[in-house]
Amino acid sequence: MKKGLHPLVMIALVAMVTLAGRALPTWTLSLATIAASNALIALGIVVLARTGNVSFGQGLFFAAGGYGVALIANTWGLTDAVAQVIVGAACGGLLGLVIGPLIARYSGIFFGMLTLALSMVFYGALVKSTALGGSDGFNVGRPSLFGMSFTDPREADFMLYAVSVIVTGFAGIAATILFRSEFGLASLAVRENNLRVEYLGLSANRIISINFLIAAIFAGASGAFALMAQRHIDPQFAYWTTSGEFVFVAVLAGNQSVAAVFVASMALELVRSFSNLYLPNTWQLVLGVFLLGVILFLPRGIGSLWIRDRHRRRHISATPPLTAERGAAP
Amino acid sequence: MNPVLSVSRLEKRFGAVVAADALTLDIPAGQKISLIGANGAGKTTFVNMVTGYLKPDSGTILLDGMDIGRRSPRSVARLGISRSFQIPQLFVELTAAENLTVAISGIGTRMSLRAPAEAQGRRDKAVELLQRFGLADLADRPISELAGGVRKLIDIAMALVRRPKLLLLDEPTSGVSAEEKFTTMDRVIHAVAPDAATIVFVEHDMEIVSRYADRVVAFYQGRILADGLPADVLNNLEVRRYVTGGVR
Repeated sequence: MKKGLHPLVMIALVAMVTLAGRALPTWTLSLATIAASNALIALGIVVLARTGNVSFGQGLFFAAGGYGVALIANTWGLTDAVAQVIVGAACGGLLGLVIGPLIARYSGIFFGMLTLALSMVFYGALVKSTALGGSDGFNVGRPSLFGMSFTDPREADFMLYAVSVIVTGFAGIAATILFRSEFGLASLAVRENNLRVEYLGLSANRIISINFLIAAIFAGASGAFALMAQRHIDPQFAYWTTSGEFVFVAVLAGNQSVAAVFVASMALELVRSFSNLYLPNTWQLVLGVFLLGVILFLPRGIGSLWIRDRHRRRHISATPPLTAERGAAP
Repeated sequence: MNPVLSVSRLEKRFGAVVAADALTLDIPAGQKISLIGANGAGKTTFVNMVTGYLKPDSGTILLDGMDIGRRSPRSVARLGISRSFQIPQLFVELTAAENLTVAISGIGTRMSLRAPAEAQGRRDKAVELLQRFGLADLADRPISELAGGVRKLIDIAMALVRRPKLLLLDEPTSGVSAEEKFTTMDRVIHAVAPDAATIVFVEHDMEIVSRYADRVVAFYQGRILADGLPADVLNNLEVRRYVTGGVR
């Protein structure tokens, strides 16, 4: 394992990016907030992908976090942004805690399809639930921070930007520490040969479940950010295209670098915004070409731009082996 | 002396094929036992059942008196049986030291989500194990760059991490050239001696068997054909007819 940036340096970077928000134009603040929120959930997908499994249904936890926060906000008047993020993470985490151990015994495409199926079941339930607004969803109020209300839209946007960058930044630092830990190394081992991991006395299912739980917590927190940014929630949060978008970010980033997830998420938002602005009828085409370009020229993701030399020997493909069999019979 | 491993009337069928036919075998501590037999004789099935990969249809497997016949490979490993594989089962994208680090992580009750994988203690232990096999200079090389023989040794080193009560080696010298087979086996025996008192090795090379085994068990069609001292078993007429091929 190579040593990367020291956590204190990473904290300083997070502080710098947060303060840089003061100098950014207003439109970029909301863009960056969405990018940070998407990066958080994509980071969870990357964490999970290190065990060789890709979740195509992170929208489930994203929606669970969003709906959980929205219901509590409307019922008990919880408007604090930090508290909402914690509630969102807890909702996603609780669901992940239940589903993770059940799903960890599956691998490859079965794992991916099961996560997708669960998210669509949740979507269907949300659409049919009149108490939750059905397919229209419902609105929530503007978030506050530590008792402060933000009536100025610029200040409100900056507050949300700051909270999302700090939370996502700290999640990134935590993920970096996790990747370098013995648990992180064991996760890579599970991806390569889960049977050998078992023969060493380790539980591959437990390792996958913990990574799944972390991904669910990140997704729940991300759902809370999306709710705060839109101040509206509907079943689209759990829809498969929403989940696909997060996988899209993870594929763009590759799974070699935590920083790449943030870069990929921001790049995607920029490409989407500008192509939507200048080519409103064909922006999806531009997005597709962008993804094709990354896959063709950076098959291990954007992270391979700066990881290539450092970890040249550790070939980790941008897309984890979805259909590859885990392990091998003795 | 109480046996480390005691197997009684072990049976396993794959459809019409009888892979284990009422196998009964005691393995006392401190012995080096070689399992011999033609392909399909049931040696690897026996190893797979003892290590929890396959569940026997009937019969018992006792490790120090505890029935382990229905346990998982993880549970069996934690109780003290480790194995290496005919085709080394390594994490090829990781380095040799990282492979051993993963194995070392499995010793504790829980893994740390924070402690660096290459904390000095773990790294030292990984390198010390590689050193025993003469591979310390390859610690930071990824497995994908290493030759088959070296992979085999690292596979055995990983099995040793737990200081097992019983070490099962599946063809430790297969894929090694005739010139190097004794050197390789000497290295293995020397390296495992401090950590594994009892060794069972599956082997096709009768020179290796006669030189290193204290006892030989010959398998044929899922049954034990002969069991005893190497010289006796290897000169047994049935063994020569069905296993070693010396008699027509």
